[in-house]
Amino acid sequence: MQTVDYSQELAVIEKGPSLREIDEIISKPLETKPDKKYYLALSITVTMLMIGVVGLGLSFYYGTGLWGNNNPVGWGFPIVNFVFWVGIGHAGTLISAILFLFRQKWRTGIARFAEGMTIFAVMTAGIFPLIHVGRPWLAGYLFPYPNQHSLWVNFSSPLLWDVFAVSTYFTVSLIFWYVGLIPDFATLRDRTANKIKKITYSIFSLGWRHSNRHWQHYEMVYLILAGFATPLVLSVHTIVSFDFAISIIPGWHTTIFPPYFVAGAVFSGFTMVQNVLIFIRKIFNFEHIITLDTLEKMNKIILLTGSMVGYAYAMEFFIAWYSGVQPEQFAFINRAFGPYAWAYWIMVTCNVVFPQLFWIKKIRRTIPVMFAIAVLVNVGMWFERFVITVTSLSRDFLPSSWAYYTPTLTDFAILIGSFGLFFTLMLLFTKTLPVVSIAEVKAVLEDSQPSHKDH
Amino acid sequence: MSEKVLFAITAIFNTPDEIIKAAEKTAENGYKKFDVNTPYPIHGMPNAMKLGRSKLGFAALVFGLSGILAALLMTFWMSAIDYPIIIGGKPYFAFPKYVPIIFEVTVLAASIGTVVTMLFFFFKFPNNSHPLHDSDYMKKVSTEKYGIYIQADDVLFNAEEIKKFLNELGAAEVGEIYWDDDEVSTSPKILEPKFLGFLAVTAIIISGTTYFGLNKLMFMVPFNWMMEQDKALPQETSNIFADGFAMRMPVEGTISRGTIPYPYYGKPELAEKLMINPLDYSEENLALGKKKYDVFCSPCHGYFGEGDSKLRGQYPNPPSIHSEKVRLWSDGRIYHVIAEGQNVMPSYSTQMTREEKWATILYIRALQRALNAKESDL
Ligand code: HEC
Repeated sequence: MQTVDYSQELAVIEKGPSLREIDEIISKPLETKPDKKYYLALSITVTMLMIGVVGLGLSFYYGTGLWGNNNPVGWGFPIVNFVFWVGIGHAGTLISAILFLFRQKWRTGIARFAEGMTIFAVMTAGIFPLIHVGRPWLAGYLFPYPNQHSLWVNFSSPLLWDVFAVSTYFTVSLIFWYVGLIPDFATLRDRTANKIKKITYSIFSLGWRHSNRHWQHYEMVYLILAGFATPLVLSVHTIVSFDFAISIIPGWHTTIFPPYFVAGAVFSGFTMVQNVLIFIRKIFNFEHIITLDTLEKMNKIILLTGSMVGYAYAMEFFIAWYSGVQPEQFAFINRAFGPYAWAYWIMVTCNVVFPQLFWIKKIRRTIPVMFAIAVLVNVGMWFERFVITVTSLSRDFLPSSWAYYTPTLTDFAILIGSFGLFFTLMLLFTKTLPVVSIAEVKAVLEDSQPSHKDH
Repeated sequence: MSEKVLFAITAIFNTPDEIIKAAEKTAENGYKKFDVNTPYPIHGMPNAMKLGRSKLGFAALVFGLSGILAALLMTFWMSAIDYPIIIGGKPYFAFPKYVPIIFEVTVLAASIGTVVTMLFFFFKFPNNSHPLHDSDYMKKVSTEKYGIYIQADDVLFNAEEIKKFLNELGAAEVGEIYWDDDEVSTSPKILEPKFLGFLAVTAIIISGTTYFGLNKLMFMVPFNWMMEQDKALPQETSNIFADGFAMRMPVEGTISRGTIPYPYYGKPELAEKLMINPLDYSEENLALGKKKYDVFCSPCHGYFGEGDSKLRGQYPNPPSIHSEKVRLWSDGRIYHVIAEGQNVMPSYSTQMTREEKWATILYIRALQRALNAKESDL
């Protein structure tokens, strides 16, 4: 077994490549023609995407009656998927902003990629509330704009807060991402010989000259954006949880929801980042940039957030019992032993039991095992949203209105399509933009900073 | 070839230690217009170059505060002034529920504002063409080398001296950069017509698409199944029925619930004699009467019953209801006119309930009394 000496700070980037090598490794995917495997992967994801497009097309044409949503369960798959995808996005901001504030150098190798994931995940998530309103072309009503009805939006509704939170989150993530890309565009601009690429990179690099007068402001902006993105990312899933918590449905109306949702979001986001990174580092030979140590650190965060989520599950039960509120107690017993018990126990095993294996160092450092655990966690986190949304709605206060929710084929088509969209964007991203921040990685190489010998 | 104008003397160094020393020395020697180019930010460089702290934090503060203020005013104006509506029994302006909105708008404004300030104010975007671009120097510093340059327009500039100075610092290479012919100025290009034109076009495109999206696109409904239903609407023709009308008469001999048929069709004398107004003069009854009169009768009879029809001659003007004849009629006789109609005046039996008819009659009496007041009213 490989032993690691934790007493010393590890080099973030292994094997000490030179600065030029870094450029070469990172920009290689952009400069080489995609190979067969890439096209194969792309064809799979595009097929998935097309399945989703068909599902959406049918839903628009015939209406949302094609979905499984029924009378008590008005939220069904669309909201489950929305919460799931927004959650996936959270890891990106956590890595790029929160870990940046904590000065965690190991984030540099994975930050760009995770931020990209944030953007794509939020884009994917955004589809669901729009289609869930049934007539997505009326989505403009979500924003307060002077309209011919001289009506404004309802500022008291958490669904409206969602509109503000998610659109702000998307915009700020995009800006953050782009600001990070500026120096890399400049580096690429100076590398490329291709005319069209040169013009494109020149435009996007905004005349960046790696000037230290600029770097100074640039680092400040980065710090400020990280400072804003940190409370922002916490607010986004808090507000998503308000969609549930502000209502009075048993099982939703709890104060634990905001922290519980945020922890869950980071949890699922990290597993998704970890999953995708395992492929990326292998395919593009980034093993020295995205090291095993980095993956191990991610696994530790997965363990931490997984335990937090497990704690929240237990706490929900405790509060239900302790509060003495009968509907609340019923809601939880119903979750664990009612018609959706199967979903509940999938959720508990995947989210609480499996991540505990990461206490073992060997598992934290074995790629196939951690990959499998992360996939399971993603499944579990999807089921968590399913359990929360569906079990509470399907059996609310009035037994005469109870109903079992069964998703339809169209629901599944749209779910598959969302994965298709996400992974298609991801694949295109790996071939068009540097998936690792060149400038940031260079800055954390050994010997890349002045040694201050003369001080 | 025209004489080229010198932009700066450049020097390339191999290690971060050397460049930071070079920067320190350059600043110590009193050069102001110099810059260091490195592929990534070097710790301690702003100090070495004697640059102050970046002032971007203030920009963030200003934009953040404006965001707070804007969101506060927006929510306040929209929900307490322009369209006050009570939601969930809360006051019109319920601060706590606006906190999420205010927070998000603040973050959005501050982030966009700070980045835009950095680009436009500190980086002087769109200064996209610069003598350094496309030079060998640039290519090196953007990958693996550390470069410094001193500009020719620095007050202390002396080409020979600077070259010597840089060589002494241990530069790996010392070189010169010249202006391209078409870019001999670093003045901000933000006011150039080309750029302003670009901004104007962007603004027009963005506002145009927003307008189109919100005011046109949203109402171009792709499918409108709800509007197209297989049913007959009033006033439409229908080929199911022999008479070609979609609207049907009630089945003969039936009445709708709650209706009491009018018994005196064609017998005004009986109506005059036998019917008594069951309502008495109360404020409510008069208010109801006024409402119904204004709706049903005033188009022809005028608001005060003087026969001043609002139909401008498109319909025969009715006589005044202040005539002696109508004043002396009993309530039942007027009821008869409303229920049956009279010559060109149509019947109102289906439009108004019995109570409404009687209330209208009370109101007519009040109108009549107003024009022909008794002495006791004075
Ligand atoms: C479409 C126009 C129109 C409307 C609406 C209308 N009337 Fe008439 N009304 C007439 C005309 C025209 C006459 C005169 C008929 C005639 O030639 O005998 C008339 C006559 C009368 C008379 C008899 C006057 C007389 O001197 O013989 C009374 C009373 C009367 N209307 C009351 C009402 C009341 C009450 C209403 C509201 C329920 C009403 N009308 C609504 C057009 C209208």
